[in-house]
Amino acid sequence: MSTDRIIADDMYQSPVATSSIPPKGQRTQLLQALLDMDPDLTYDDPLENDMILSMGPSHPATHGVLRILLRLDGETIVSGIPELGYLHRGYEKIAENETYHEFITHTDRLDYLQPVHNNVGYILAVEKLLGIEAPPRAQYIRTMLAELARISSHLVGFGVMAMDVGAMTLLLWCFREREKIHDIYDLVIGARFTTSYTRIGGLAQDITHEGLAAISAFLDQFPERLDEGERLLNRNRIFFDRCRGTGLITAEEALAWGFTGPNLRGSGVPLDLRRDKPYLVYNDLDFDVITETEGDSLARYYVRLAEMKESVKIVRQCIEKLPSGSIHAHEPKKVLPRKERVYTRMEELIHDFMIVNFGVNPPAGEVYQAIESSKGQLGFHIVSRGEGHPWRLKIRSPSFCNLQVLPHLLKGHMISDILAVLGSIDPVMGEADK
Amino acid sequence: MNETLEKLVASMKDRFGAGITNVTEFRDDVIVTVSRDIIVEATTFLRDNADCPFPLCEDVFGVDQFTRKQRFEVNYHFFSVAKKERIHLKVQVEEQDASVPSITGVFPGAGWYERETFDMYGITFPGNNDLRRMYMPESYEYFPLRKDFPLMGIPGSIPLPKRGGA
Repeated sequence: MSTDRIIADDMYQSPVATSSIPPKGQRTQLLQALLDMDPDLTYDDPLENDMILSMGPSHPATHGVLRILLRLDGETIVSGIPELGYLHRGYEKIAENETYHEFITHTDRLDYLQPVHNNVGYILAVEKLLGIEAPPRAQYIRTMLAELARISSHLVGFGVMAMDVGAMTLLLWCFREREKIHDIYDLVIGARFTTSYTRIGGLAQDITHEGLAAISAFLDQFPERLDEGERLLNRNRIFFDRCRGTGLITAEEALAWGFTGPNLRGSGVPLDLRRDKPYLVYNDLDFDVITETEGDSLARYYVRLAEMKESVKIVRQCIEKLPSGSIHAHEPKKVLPRKERVYTRMEELIHDFMIVNFGVNPPAGEVYQAIESSKGQLGFHIVSRGEGHPWRLKIRSPSFCNLQVLPHLLKGHMISDILAVLGSIDPVMGEADK
Repeated sequence: MNETLEKLVASMKDRFGAGITNVTEFRDDVIVTVSRDIIVEATTFLRDNADCPFPLCEDVFGVDQFTRKQRFEVNYHFFSVAKKERIHLKVQVEEQDASVPSITGVFPGAGWYERETFDMYGITFPGNNDLRRMYMPESYEYFPLRKDFPLMGIPGSIPLPKRGGA
């Protein structure tokens, strides 16, 4: 057995057998083995040995902070292991030390391609814990902006996947459309990127006529722009051939491995929490759950493409049905009062003081609320002990769960297929690493 | 609790008897606390249940309750695609003996969740053959999500590169 082989085996050995802390200096041993390596080995026929290649963490196609350790036989992938931890910011620990309101801003930074959606997911979990509900107008606005966030996130997935396999134009076109959505955020929310739009029991502010008009104007031109992009890719032989048949996964495997969202629907499982566990106002809206049966990279791409069209349908319905009324639930001890009332009335001043200083005090208990984010099932599990901050907040982030399927999807493919497969999973490292 | 879940919990009680130690419901979330030794059978039972199969393991994660007895909890979420139902399982373990049998044999997708739980709480999962650190360095000694780990971290616990290169 050559030294190369020893290194390779060492790298794949699990450092922890069954219990206890991993032994110290595992990597150092590895490095030592590499340094001690007989220099004559470099004259060996490289094709006789498996090669270990570290792709990322700073490779542009690995989303910045994902590292994939590959074991290659020539150009064929024998195995590939995704490694996380280069971005870990400890959000779950931070959540335990902040009030429920304070954590809203952190949810923006989880899946930074669709901040509003994360805001909504988190706030629904908190509202479920508190046992309150935002009024219908707030729910409609939330749905509308969440769907815009889905479009914006899919646009990035769509464009980046195309760029990863070599089509640069589409990325620029997608970002042009995404900019328009950010302009809408700017108008409606006041921030382009980190929105922090929701509040417990309502929203930061109401939507104006101007905001609604901007959304309508966007919807009027978007399907046509999407068609242009679609035409560019769907009739592109290179894109088609690189995506078809790569990263195959059957419906049973996809479920067993914990795939959710467009990735799961690409394998033909019609699981969509918007319809299966309805939240917000999805019960009142008419939309289709998109599925494809092939289970390859191309199928996942088609699902995302069609979902954007469904989102356009949903936002249109929300604008039509948007009810009038308040956007804040009438729960004085749980919902932050309006500032103008805080300045002029004693009761509101006291409530504001109590909520800001001690937080909303939910009952003791555990709740789990999941939403269908653009990447899959985004869930928040809150363990409460009746204090102003969560005792434990677990974020079930879809990208984390989707990434662990990567070794299964990559096996037997060529190096260049990694990009198409990774692009088709559409991970965001912000929530995979949390 | 709706009818489907009621039936399911009843059949679990029939099947496992004293293995089911508690059933709670809060805001429509049903949590079944099971003893550690039956967790693999219980998850297999849920996956293969004819009336309401749960083919999707959504999440596995730890909670540090910080009590003297049964300090740690491991929670499991399962979703039934056919019946649109969700059920939560929970296992309680003591600090001195913080290990729960791995369910990777039943749900291969639980592997990373268990790794994350191990990384953050130090709970081990015998049977998981890839139980490495998830986010923290391999040689890291502490478990950051335990309640006795300070929010600002432990100074010097992660060696930083020396100034001017190694």
